[in-house]
Amino acid sequence: MSKFEFPPSIKSRPVWGTLEPRAGKHHLMIADAAGAEAILGIATPELMAGTHIIYIPRGADHADALRAQNPAQFYEGPTYAASVSRIRRVLQDASMGLQVYLTGTEGLMGQAMHEAMQAGIPHTAIQTEHRGSVARRMQCVHCKGITEDVETDPFVCSHCGLNLFVRDHYSRRLAAYQGVCIDAEDPGNVPEPKGIYE
Amino acid sequence: MSGAEKIAVRVTEVAPLNELVTRFRFEPVSGGLLPTFSGGAHTVVEMRDGDITRLNPYSLMSDPFDRSAYTISVRRDDEGRGGSKFMHTNVSVGDEMVISNPVNLFSLDLRATKHLMIAGGIGITPFLAQIKQLDRAHGNWELHYACRSEALGSYVDYLTTTHPNDVNIYYDDQSQAIDLDTLLDGQPLGTHIYVCGPKGMIDWVRAKAAEIGWPREAVHYEEFLAPQPGKPFEVKLAVSNKVIQVGEQESLLEAIERAGVDAPYLCRGGACGQCETDVVQAEGEIIHRDHWLEDSEKAGDAKIMPCVSRFEGKVLVLDR
Amino acid sequence: MTIQFHKETFRGEYSFHNSERAIKRFPFPFDKDSYMYAVNMEQHRGGPADSVYEKRFDVDEHYVSEMEDRALVLADDPLRCQSLPHMTLAGWDLLELIMVSKSEDYPELFELHRDGDQWRWVNKPLGIDDTFTFMDETTLPYGPMEYITRQTQGDFCVLDQRDDNLWMDAGTVTTQADWSLDFDIGMNFFEWHAPVPLAHEKGIFVRALKFLLNIQQGAPARRLNWTMTVNPLLDTSPENYHKWGIQKTTLTPENIGSKQHLRVELQTFFRLPRSNALVFPIRCYLCSFDDLMTVPKWGRRLHRVIRDLPVELATYKGFIDNRPMMLDYLSKFDDGQPTSLGIWPDLETEPPLKVVRSS
Repeated sequence: MSKFEFPPSIKSRPVWGTLEPRAGKHHLMIADAAGAEAILGIATPELMAGTHIIYIPRGADHADALRAQNPAQFYEGPTYAASVSRIRRVLQDASMGLQVYLTGTEGLMGQAMHEAMQAGIPHTAIQTEHRGSVARRMQCVHCKGITEDVETDPFVCSHCGLNLFVRDHYSRRLAAYQGVCIDAEDPGNVPEPKGIYE
Repeated sequence: MSGAEKIAVRVTEVAPLNELVTRFRFEPVSGGLLPTFSGGAHTVVEMRDGDITRLNPYSLMSDPFDRSAYTISVRRDDEGRGGSKFMHTNVSVGDEMVISNPVNLFSLDLRATKHLMIAGGIGITPFLAQIKQLDRAHGNWELHYACRSEALGSYVDYLTTTHPNDVNIYYDDQSQAIDLDTLLDGQPLGTHIYVCGPKGMIDWVRAKAAEIGWPREAVHYEEFLAPQPGKPFEVKLAVSNKVIQVGEQESLLEAIERAGVDAPYLCRGGACGQCETDVVQAEGEIIHRDHWLEDSEKAGDAKIMPCVSRFEGKVLVLDR
Repeated sequence: MTIQFHKETFRGEYSFHNSERAIKRFPFPFDKDSYMYAVNMEQHRGGPADSVYEKRFDVDEHYVSEMEDRALVLADDPLRCQSLPHMTLAGWDLLELIMVSKSEDYPELFELHRDGDQWRWVNKPLGIDDTFTFMDETTLPYGPMEYITRQTQGDFCVLDQRDDNLWMDAGTVTTQADWSLDFDIGMNFFEWHAPVPLAHEKGIFVRALKFLLNIQQGAPARRLNWTMTVNPLLDTSPENYHKWGIQKTTLTPENIGSKQHLRVELQTFFRLPRSNALVFPIRCYLCSFDDLMTVPKWGRRLHRVIRDLPVELATYKGFIDNRPMMLDYLSKFDDGQPTSLGIWPDLETEPPLKVVRSS
C-alpha cells in the first residue's frame, strides 16, 4: 500500500518517519488499522522475540498476520481508549533502552507518543510511520474538546458546535491539531467543507 | 564586553586535598552575597600572571544555594600552559581575584525520575553541587565515581560518609572498574545519565548508552578542554585590520584579546559555541580541538573555535 | 515620580486610557520608516529616565487595573496559567527575581524583608502583605509563578533549557497576541513560533535561539514586538477569539482613531539562577491611533510602515482587512517630511505636522 505524501508544512507539524529495527532488549510496538503493515515490514524472528505488540484493528484484518510473527506478547484492543491503561502499565515497568515504534493513524501515534513521553522517553527517540487514514485529531481551542477523525476543513466541533478551520499547528502534549473558529468575524459565513488535503 | 558578568572576590581558603588537587574558596570583596547558581555551573577565573592573563573555567562545587562563598577544586596539570600551576603556586589566602558569574552548560534535566552520575577524577566537582541541589529537592540520584587511588580520591570520604547508600567508589589501582553494562541495564524509564571526567570515559559511556538504545537526550556530559600549547602562529583579523602573533603558551582567543579586540566567549573550553569565528582564508591546517563544531564543519575549515583550536601554516585570516 | 493608578477596564465599556505621560513613554516599536523581522536584541540594563526601559519590570498607571483584568481572566479560565511539574524551581527563581527587582526599583510601592527562608512581601498598590517560607509551596496561596505573576504586568513564559533548545514549560498568559499557552505548553522554540510567517525562512529563529541560549545570569536582554488590536482589549486570546474577533469589524472612519490601538510588546529575557531556566516576560502596551498622532514623528512613521508592510505580515497580525481604512486615517498625519532615526518621540527636535492635502 502506498504511503501518503504529506505536503510541506510549518515546524510544529509532526513529520512521521519510516520504522526500522533498532538495537535494544525490549521493543514496544503500537499500531492501529493499516499500521500493522509497517510492523510486518520490519518483523524478524529476533526482533519479535523481544517485542510486545499492541494492535487496534479498527476494522482491518491484520491481527492474525501479526500474531503469526510470534511476538513475545500480543494484545488486540477494540479501541485506543480501551488499550491505554495497558500501554501505561507496560511503560511503568519498562527500563531505559526500550524501543518504541508507533504506526497507523496520526491520532493513534500522537496519543501513544504522549504516553511514552510522559514515561520519560524523548519524542525524538520514538519511531513513527504513518499508515492509513489521514484524518486528524483536532482540539477546539475555544471549548478544549477533542474531535476525533476529522476529515474535512472546516468542520463542526463535536463538543461546542462552533465551525472550526483546521490548522497545521500541532501539540504533542494534547496529541491534536488546533481548530479555530472560522466565522468569528463574519458569523454564518462558513465555506463548504472539503478534504483537508484537497 | 565579552563573557559573563565579573565578580571581584577574595581568596579565603586554600586547602590542599592531596598531591594533585587543591580547593579554593572565594568570597565577594564587597562583603555582600554572591549570585545563586544551578548545580553543574562553572565560573571563569582570571589569573594575572605577569603580562599574561589566563581565563580558566572551573566547576563550582559548593552548595548552589549558599551565597556566602563559592568553592572550586583545581587539579595541577604540569603539562598544561600553567593555569592550574598558577593557582597552585601563586594564589594564597587574602588575594583578590576576578571570577565570572556562574554559567551552566551541564545542568540537571529536572524532568528526570532518576539522575545517574558517573565521575572520573577531578570530574567529581560539578556533581558535588548537583548532589546538594538534588538533596534539597529530595531528588533521586546515584553516583559512580572512579579515581586513580585512595590517596587521590578527592572528596571520597565526604561523599561516602554523607551518602553511604548512593555513592559507589572505584579505585583504578585496585583494579576496580565501573561495570557499565550492568549499571545501564534495567534503569527505569526517565533516568538521565551525567558523565564528567576524562575524554575516554565520556566516549565510553556515550558509546555504551547508544549501543543499548538509550536516547541521546538522556545522556549529558561535560568535558572542559584546557587550551594546549603549540607552535606559535600569525593571524590576520580582517574586521579590526590587525595582524597578531599567537605565542606558544597562549590560546588564539587570548591573543585576540591581548590585541584589544573584543571577542565573545563563555566557557573557554571548546564546549559552548560562543566564540565561533568565521575563517576568511586559511592556507595551512586548522587544528580543531573543540566539541562544538560538527565534523563536517571542521573538515570545511570555514569556522574555528579560538578558545582551544590552533593553526599551522602560511596564512590564516579571521572574520574578527 | 508618584504613579496615579487608573481605575479602568480592558473589556465592556473599555475605559482604558493613557495619560499624557504614558503616551510620551509609550514604546513605539519602529526605529525607522519600514519594518521587517529582525533579531533586534539589546541588553536590558536601564534606559532613559522614566522610559519603559528604565526598570527591570516597569510598573505604570495601568498596574492595578491590569492585575484586576488578569484575575478575571484566570477566574474564567485557569488554563491560562500552567506550570509543568519540573518547573516549580524556576517559579521560585522568578518570584525572587521580581520581588528583589521591584522592591529595589520601586521602594515606595513594594517591600521585601528576608530573614533566611522567612520572607515578607508587601505590595502596597494591591494591598498585599504576605509572610511565607521561600521554596515551600504550602505557604503561598498559589504556586510561586502564579503568585508573583498575578502581581506583575505582562505575560510570562518560563522556558526550560535543554538539548540546545528552549521549551515553553510554564507560563501565565492573559494579555497575549492571539496565541494559546494551553496549546503551546511543552513546545520547543521553533514549534511555538511555527505559525509566524517569513521569519523561519530568513533564519531569524535560528539566530534568536542561539542568542537566547547564551543569555547569562545578570545580563538580561530585550526587544520590542508589535501588532494591532481594535479596542484596548488585553486578552486577545484564541480561546475567546469567537467572542472578540467580531470587534475587528466595528471600525469606521469616524471611530478608528479612538478604537484602533497599536499593541507593543516589550519582551525581556532573564536567566534564572537555580533552575538555569530562562524567563521571557512579554509586557503589553496599548496606545490608540489618536494618542499616537500627538507625536508628529510617530504619525509620519506609522503611516509609512503600515503602508509598506508585506501582505503576509499584515495577514498574520490580523489587520489585512482593515489596512485600507487605517491608511486613510494615517495618511493625514504624513506630510512627507523626513523622520529622525530611533524610536523616541523627539518632540523638541522633530517639526510639527504641515497641513496635508486631503486625499
